[in-house]
Order: sequence, then C-alpha cells, then structure tokens
Amino acid sequence: MNGYGGSVLRVNLSTGKIKKEPLDTQMAKNYFGGRGFASYVLYKEVPAGIDPLGDENKLLLISGPLTGMFVPGGGKATFASKSPATGSYGDSNVGGMIGAEMKYAGYDLIIFEGKAPKPTYLFIDDDKVELRSAEPHWGKGAITCEKDLKDELGEDFQIATIGPAGERLIPIACIHHDWGRQAGRTGVGAVMGSKNLKAIVVHGTKSVPVADLKSYRRAYNKMFKFLRESPARKVWVDYGTPGVVEWVNEIGGFPTRNFSSGFLKSWEKVSGPTMRKEIVITDKCCFACPTACGKYSHVKTKGREFYVEGPEYETIAMIGSDNGLDDIRDIAYANYLCDEMGLDTISAGNIAAFAIECFNKGIITEKDTGGVSLKFGDSESVFHLIELMGKQEKIGELLSHGVKYASEKLGQGSEKFACHVKGLEISGYEFHRAPAMALAYMTADIGAHHNRAWAITYDIEAGRDKIEGKAERVILLQHIRPLFDIMGACRLQWVEVGLSLETYPPLFNAITGFDLSWEDMLKTAERVWNLTRCFWVREVPDFGRSWDKPPARFLEDPVTDGPTKGAKMSPEDVEQLLDDYYRLRGWNSNGIPTEDKLKELGLEWVVADLKKRGRL
Amino acid sequence: MTIKTLQTNDALCTGCHICQLACAMCHFRETNPKKGALRIAGKFPSPGHFHIDVCNQCGDCAAACPTEAIYKDNGVYKVDEEKCDYCLLCVDACPYGVIFTHPSMNVIFKCDYCGLCVHYCPTGAIFE
Repeated sequence: MNGYGGSVLRVNLSTGKIKKEPLDTQMAKNYFGGRGFASYVLYKEVPAGIDPLGDENKLLLISGPLTGMFVPGGGKATFASKSPATGSYGDSNVGGMIGAEMKYAGYDLIIFEGKAPKPTYLFIDDDKVELRSAEPHWGKGAITCEKDLKDELGEDFQIATIGPAGERLIPIACIHHDWGRQAGRTGVGAVMGSKNLKAIVVHGTKSVPVADLKSYRRAYNKMFKFLRESPARKVWVDYGTPGVVEWVNEIGGFPTRNFSSGFLKSWEKVSGPTMRKEIVITDKCCFACPTACGKYSHVKTKGREFYVEGPEYETIAMIGSDNGLDDIRDIAYANYLCDEMGLDTISAGNIAAFAIECFNKGIITEKDTGGVSLKFGDSESVFHLIELMGKQEKIGELLSHGVKYASEKLGQGSEKFACHVKGLEISGYEFHRAPAMALAYMTADIGAHHNRAWAITYDIEAGRDKIEGKAERVILLQHIRPLFDIMGACRLQWVEVGLSLETYPPLFNAITGFDLSWEDMLKTAERVWNLTRCFWVREVPDFGRSWDKPPARFLEDPVTDGPTKGAKMSPEDVEQLLDDYYRLRGWNSNGIPTEDKLKELGLEWVVADLKKRGRL
Repeated sequence: MTIKTLQTNDALCTGCHICQLACAMCHFRETNPKKGALRIAGKFPSPGHFHIDVCNQCGDCAAACPTEAIYKDNGVYKVDEEKCDYCLLCVDACPYGVIFTHPSMNVIFKCDYCGLCVHYCPTGAIFE
C-alpha cells in the first residue's frame, strides 16, 4: 500500500503468539496513521472500563504515512494506550528513528496485548520477529538498556526502552528512545512495564512505495528548498526549543514556583544561548529533519559528569523554573535522572513543584521526605524528589501517582494548587492571563498538554484578555497540530520555521495516492478529535463540562510577579470559553459530542456504541 | 552533477539521514536510506556525536575485485553490475566500510560522486 509499510504486527505477550496482519485499508483512508490509528484501535479493541495496568489494556506503537519518507521532519511515531495517569485516552508522540525503522521493516502498527510471564523484549529484523528474554536487562536504566542492546545487536537497530519507573508501573513513566527522545506523557511507560516489556528493537531494510514518484519528488524538493533558505531554521538549530525561554518569560508565560508566577527573574541563566554556550556539544535531530532542535549536552557539575539530550524547553520550564531552579547544569542533571529512571520530566517537574508548595504550607513535612527540607530554588530538593518518586519511597510513593491523586489523598486545600487537567500535569505554559492557552489545556484530549494547541501565541496576537475568537482558534489548532501526529511528521517545520501548510496535501497525496484537500485532511483530524472525546465519554461515568475546568490556582491565586502580576482567570471567562468551544465543536452544553456531529464525521458506529451504553 | 571530492565534518552532522534518503532516491528512485551509499553512525551516549563514512575513491575495492566489475571513470570508481558476481571481496577491502549490500539486491553498490548528499545535507557536514 503506497505510503505504508503495509502490515500490522499483533504481539500477544501472554501466549507469545505473533501475528502479521495486512493493514486495514479502510482504517488508513479514514484515520491515516499515528494518533488517528491510536484513537480507532483503542476504541475498537480495548474493552470499556478495564484497568490501564491490567492485561486487557493494549500498547500501540504507530508510524504514519509521512514517517520514514523523504519529508522534512518525517520521523514521528506514536505510542498509545488507555492511560494509567488519567484513566482514559492516552497517547504520546516520540521523534528519533523508530517510527521510520518499523516502516522499513514493513509495519505501520504494532499492537501489544496481554502480559509476558517474564521480562521480555520484542526483536524485529524485517520479517524476523521474536520475543526474547529481557531478564538480564530488567532493572536497568532506560539509557543504559539502550546502550547495552545496541552493543549486543548493532548500531543499525532502533530501540525503545523503559527504565525502572516503567517497571514499577509508575503512572508518569515514559518510554525512552534514541538517547534522549521520550514518549513522555500519559504513562505509556507504565503500560509497557505492566506487560513485562522492557524494550522494542527494530531493524528494517525495505523501501516504502509511493503512488506518484514525480509529484512526491517535486513536493519534498519544494519543502527542503524553503527550509534550506529559511533564516528561522538557523535559530532553531542553534538553540532548539530552549530558544523560546526568553519570549515565554517576557510575556509572563514561564511557569514559576508551581504556576504561582509566569516570570523567572534570572531567566537568562536558563536561556537557549546560555545553554548552547555552557553545555551543548552536538546538534541532534530526528529522522529526515533539517531543523535539528535536539541539543545533546555533556555536563560536569558539582562532582557529577554525565551526557544528556536536552534539556528541552519543557524540561527547563517544568523541572527548572517551575521549581525555581535557574542553573542549567542542575536542570540538565535532573533531566538525566528522569531519563535514566524513565520518568516524564514534565509531570515529574510539575509534581516536584507541587510537593515543595505542600512542604511550604506544612501539608508534608520532613517526616515524609526522609528528613530533607524542601525549598523552591534548591536543586537538591528536586533531585531528592525525583529519586523518591522513581523509587516510590517515602512521600515519593504518593507523589508518583501524579498531583491529582496525591492532592486528593493529602487534602488540606492542596487540590487548589494541584496543577493538572483530567489528571495529567500541566506542561510548560503559565496561563493566568492567556485564555486561548487555558482553553487549549482545558480541552486537550489527553489532559493538560500544550502540543494539541500551542495557542499562547494567539493570545498575544489577538489580545490576551479577549475571550471572543479564542475557541475558534483553539479548535483550528487542535486539528492542525494533531494532524501532524496523525501523518507522522513534526510540526516544527510549519509552526516554528514557517513552512506553508499548503505544501502538505500535494506531498501527502503523491505518497498515498489519496486525493485530499487540506480541508479534507482537517476533517480527519476532527474525526479523530471527536473519537478521542468519545473514548472519555465511554470511560468516565460523569464525564462532561466539569472535567474541562482549570485548577483553582488559575482562578483564585493572582500571579505574584512579572508582566502578568495580579492576573487571574474569572469563572465567567472560563464558562464563556467552554460555551463557545462546545458550540463551535457541535457538542452539547455538557461537552458531549452530539449524534449529528458524530454522524457528520462518519462515526455512526460510535453513536451506536455510546447509545448502547446509555452515554449518548 | 558529479563532484570532484567528498569531505566530511563529523561535528556538523546531526544524524538526520537525509543524505542517505537523497542518495537512494537518486540511484534507485526509492525511499529507503538503507540503499544510500554512505553511512551515518551515532556515537552515544559518549562521546556524543555522529560519525560519517563516505567513499574517497581510493580504489582499494577495484584492486580487490576479481571480475573487474569496479572500474575507474573520470576519477570515480563505478560498478558494472553485469560483471559483479557478489563475492564481496570489495566489501572486505574497503577501509571505510562504504561498499554496500542490500537484501533486495545481488550486486554491491557504492558512491559514484553524484553530489546529491552534499546538496541535501542541511548543515554542510558533507561537502565538496
């Protein structure tokens, strides 16, 4: 099938049975790939109400039609499962090489089912697919395990691993790949651990067929030519995502001290240029990307020496600024600890800041931390909390379940400053005075994550106190950005470097042989968005409007300093944003997709399913 | 376009593999970096950089070839696929490991200095 590896690999870890199935062409036409396949397969195949860490959950690894192709940024893969962090739809995107590699081996989708009786890894070398013992690797750090498997199998194998956090089924555990790329969010690493699956190793040598070679070459050449000549690309290669620290801080969007502020006075110490000068040794990118945003660092600090990819902006914001840290080397060390342990730096950083605030308010004490006093701005506090969470020791056991769970157990008002939506910790954008960004977090389909709609730029552009028009923009972004995850390409070329969206349909059609306009493609993204929403409706009995609300911190605690000092969201604004959003989405006032909308999107089968369950 | 020399600077390589995509597309009209006639290897976690292996047209492969399948044309060593009997002596002889094989082929392939990798490399890590 043009643009696809052509096969689905179904791996039953309980029985050890591996089945190769042809890719469902109808699924490819309706959902394209990536998180499109994730939404469809999870809804269809994962029974309602199951335990995310039980045998019945499935873990998916998916490439997309642009993955592995001669396409700028064509290196994205998606991991997906029912999330142990949120209890509903979960996926996480990863760059690096594994998405391309699995496609060269002929697979667009790998479905892991059941649970291996012993620690296991999946070995793929083109058509040779087998389950192997991972007992010698169990307990190893994620990076160490990758290194050992590379040494054993060869440089050409692409490897995804979990660290000890995934083995312990910690809901903020990530999946590690390519020396520092992570599928960080929604606890996909814990699901992998729950299946006793330590690693996935892939090598593939096959060519991927395209429908129209001439148009394909013309389309990608146009893209590469634009990027080659773009001055914006150079900035992104120089500083990577940390290049945005200055701007985000300037507008008061840089989360500081558990989202009590959006401004870090000493931001220059953690800026892109500082990081480049102090610790970066190599620019490193994902497959087929001309805009190497990955920064590989070699750090010597306070008697420690280590290599780490990053820190990225998100890590600087959440491990760094949100905990009041402003030493780029310390942030890099915390990054390294999380990577090796296999913890998502976004959630880990957010939780650490929550814990420090709890400590400041006397909700947790030295008795809970093993005698350590926690302070904002103190890197040792953060290192200690990461260790406690990764090993689930002392208060770390509670914290490792995320701020929603921890605050519900701790009580004493801690729910008000537990910065999450739907149980997923908020990532690196402060939004007391950024309604579009707030709405993006409130409605993101995996919980509070920025990459579904990076709408903060629109707040600045359109007026940050304005409510009108924000929902419309958020919806548009929620279709465009996930469409990149669906296609298997990185959005950076568009959103950061300015590559025109109009260049994508000719490329996509030339590769797949489909005949779609950009609007048609956005319709697929809308279908996927509604389907993931319906997954929530199916899984969560009281799901609706109340699940889309921001934490009390953003409504009750005004920003303490910086350019947005004194700002907070009003309850009226929150309701207005949701009213607009639901109306424009064709959902009812409780945020449930209507029968008409679902039918318009070809989701009649979901209507039937939800009706049967009494949820529609 | 054919170039005269091919040089590399490991420090500039970001590991994107675009050079291999371009090479394979130029010579086979296929999307498959495994059919690119140069190698990119990551040296991670330490020392933390990439290494590029390219052909410098030294001719060791031609010297080792028992069937004269590798011949010199205008300073560039090329492969006569009709004559190649896939003995792989050239693979062993190449000091840089840049004589390539692929499971779908029964002849070897190598760099012919077409220069597409230079054109497409986003960082100038491969240059003339």
